[in-house]
Amino acid sequence: MTEFLLQIDGKEVKARSGMTVLEAAQSAGIAIPTLCHHEKLAPFGGCRLCIVEARGQGWTKLVVSCVHPVEEELVIKTRSEKIDRIRRGLLELLLAHAPHAPVLEEMAREYGADKNRFEPGASFCIHCGLCVRYCAEVKKKNAIGFIDRGIRKEISFIPEIASQECDDCKECFPLCPTSYLQAAYVLTKSLAFPSKS
Amino acid sequence: MARINSPEELAKVRHDVLAKRDPKAPRMSICAGTGCLASGASQVVAAAEQEIEQQGLKGSVELRGTGCHGFCERGPIIVMAPEETCYLQVTPEDVPEIVSQTLREKKVVERLLYVDPTTGEKVPNESDIPFYKNQERLVFGPNRKIDPRSIEDYLAIGGYEALAKALFEMTPEQVIGEVKEANLRGRGGGGFPAGIKWEAARNAPGDPKYVIVNCDEGDPGAYMDRSLMEGNPFSVLEGLLIGAYAIGAQEGYVYIRQEYPLAVENLGIAIEKAEQYGLLGKDVLGSGFDFNIKVHRGAGAFVCGEETALLMSLEGKVGEPRPRPPYPAVSGLWGKPTNINNVETWATIPLIVNRGGSAFASIGTEGSKGTKIFSLVGKITNTGLVEVPMGITLRDIVYKIGGGIPGGKKFKAVQTGGPSGGCIPEERLDLKVDFDELTKAGSMMGSGGMIVMDEDTCMVDVARYFINFLTDESCGKCVPCREGLRQMQKILTRFTEGKGKESDIEVLEGLAEVAQEASLCALGKTGPNPFLSTFRYFRDEYEAHIKEKRCPALSCKALIATIIDPEKCKACMLCLKACPEGAIDGGKKKIHIIDQEKCTNCGTCLEVCPSRFDAVRKISGEPVPPPIPEAQRMIVKKAKRNVT
Repeated sequence: MTEFLLQIDGKEVKARSGMTVLEAAQSAGIAIPTLCHHEKLAPFGGCRLCIVEARGQGWTKLVVSCVHPVEEELVIKTRSEKIDRIRRGLLELLLAHAPHAPVLEEMAREYGADKNRFEPGASFCIHCGLCVRYCAEVKKKNAIGFIDRGIRKEISFIPEIASQECDDCKECFPLCPTSYLQAAYVLTKSLAFPSKS
Repeated sequence: MARINSPEELAKVRHDVLAKRDPKAPRMSICAGTGCLASGASQVVAAAEQEIEQQGLKGSVELRGTGCHGFCERGPIIVMAPEETCYLQVTPEDVPEIVSQTLREKKVVERLLYVDPTTGEKVPNESDIPFYKNQERLVFGPNRKIDPRSIEDYLAIGGYEALAKALFEMTPEQVIGEVKEANLRGRGGGGFPAGIKWEAARNAPGDPKYVIVNCDEGDPGAYMDRSLMEGNPFSVLEGLLIGAYAIGAQEGYVYIRQEYPLAVENLGIAIEKAEQYGLLGKDVLGSGFDFNIKVHRGAGAFVCGEETALLMSLEGKVGEPRPRPPYPAVSGLWGKPTNINNVETWATIPLIVNRGGSAFASIGTEGSKGTKIFSLVGKITNTGLVEVPMGITLRDIVYKIGGGIPGGKKFKAVQTGGPSGGCIPEERLDLKVDFDELTKAGSMMGSGGMIVMDEDTCMVDVARYFINFLTDESCGKCVPCREGLRQMQKILTRFTEGKGKESDIEVLEGLAEVAQEASLCALGKTGPNPFLSTFRYFRDEYEAHIKEKRCPALSCKALIATIIDPEKCKACMLCLKACPEGAIDGGKKKIHIIDQEKCTNCGTCLEVCPSRFDAVRKISGEPVPPPIPEAQRMIVKKAKRNVT
């Protein structure tokens, strides 16, 4: 495994090949905002908040740091007017679903996002997929999954598995940034397996 | 049939096929592509079979149901060879005359010929019809010469010669060299140079390697790949084999939409026949090269045409794109080096190998070589598939080939590049069509969709329609696409309902930037194009919708009213009877009035009102005139008044 240097916000950072830009930044104590990232899970690249500016030889572009691999001599900027504007836009889209999620409120303050930019959506799930991926990748139970596609996509507990596994686990509960997960669980349980517990 | 074990045996099989055919014998080719089948081609084929037998010509005529000819507007099409007489809109009832006149008497059936709309002259020869004359059908042309289920037909026109040349006379590097020299750019939408992609896959470490045909064509109104796969699956397979040899792959997949039943069927037959001839499977053509193909039918998600989502779907996972890098050339199917090209790209490969990369590169523009097939649809006289050299102007496509706009309407825009492409206005009609020029104009090549729009098309509504399509087809994985396009769609819908605010434009521009810059795949990155390009060229229409609550194209139903001009109405009762809502009040000799509360602006009254009266019209941005007083509604009085 080769080690090399890249530059993040003017700081020389040591990285190994195979690492992502986000991992390299975190290892150097440089904070990049994330929502769908979790160290125990494979990179997902769903929320796009960790977008940064990358400059290589002869090119500059925006990349999503949680999925972008480090390259030698890469120069990364984690904040700029444009990056902040995009993060603000992303947050405003998410705040339409979960205006009162503490993690979103905090980021909204940082980036000046207006929680009332868009009319509120019905569901307060922000589709970060932490619950779904944690259950699949760490617990290997697949008690919860995504159903449908696009704007109709939602998380759903699979009653046959959830009724057996979830009451004693609930490790995904603290991962949810909006507490929609807990609500979905209570609903599934009351409808599909109320007798157990 | 025997296996073909060498190029010499291939040449012999071709010779034997040709020897059995009399080159002077009349041939009757009936287009049996999906478009013509929909307008009754299978009945025409059946009638031709029966008629040839009844008139005692069986055995002396070659009758062939072929792939799509492209002139779908005028199907079913029959082309008589060797004269190349082209009959259009043929019905089974026309067949006996064609057989007796053209086949027996060598006379042309005048009434079935193309009539030039400007001169009124009849055009007997296919190649003289303006629709065909201005095309250059290098890739699509063989479609009309072969029965897509007959490998012998394909061999007869020189099929598999390119494969033999590649396998026996060229190294894999030389093949890649030719494709690079041809500067063939991917025809599926990305426009990435195929040769460079092939080389990356060849050089990537890992084994096995895969090659994939992307036949997940999903753009509304586009059917180039469908018609190629239906009409000439052998050319796609041959191209794929050549690519596999060049890249070092022994396994290939065809990812094909389940909604293309004829393409799936013809592809299956082509694979089976190629295997029987030893043109697929172990030791292809006796060269020692093994190659197998599996067909995977896609369930129809638009996003699965995106190459990484296609890979996920092939692997049996949810069809959501994955981040690049790593690119499929390095880590594709099952993490192995993979090369994905679309149908048209693969079908172009045999041509490049046969003629050489430089010959191919001699056609086209600086950055875009060769020809491209477009699906020309919408408000255009000659709907169909056209293949043109890169660099042809949009004006030539729309007017010379497409025959202009029907119904005396005015051209407004042509939408290119599929749903996430853009609209190009009249002042840019002299744009030379290639990858770079279309991108510069705010649109894109995409896979080759071209939707022509006339003055009755509202550009705000067009943007709403396409962004609505993309919102619906977004996989939902990343926020800027799922949420951003959804919000764009909501705002655009409000515009068409007359509920827009001036500040919404800024919000739309902000959303467009977020989607373009931050989306995971091309669907989201190009998703805002329908808004951006229509706003760029038709800003006045946006302003009319927002500021004046007016739809200049008289299309957005919430912003228009349909009225009857009391001066023109002759109280003929036609519209009154036709109105599905019962919204028209009136009677015999009593001037009709539309009840605006009941009217849904469906346009039926407008259609049925005789053109000599021309009494019904749509208005927008102005109040509905008050109905004329009851006392003046009887036409008798009016007539008397006119007389005096």
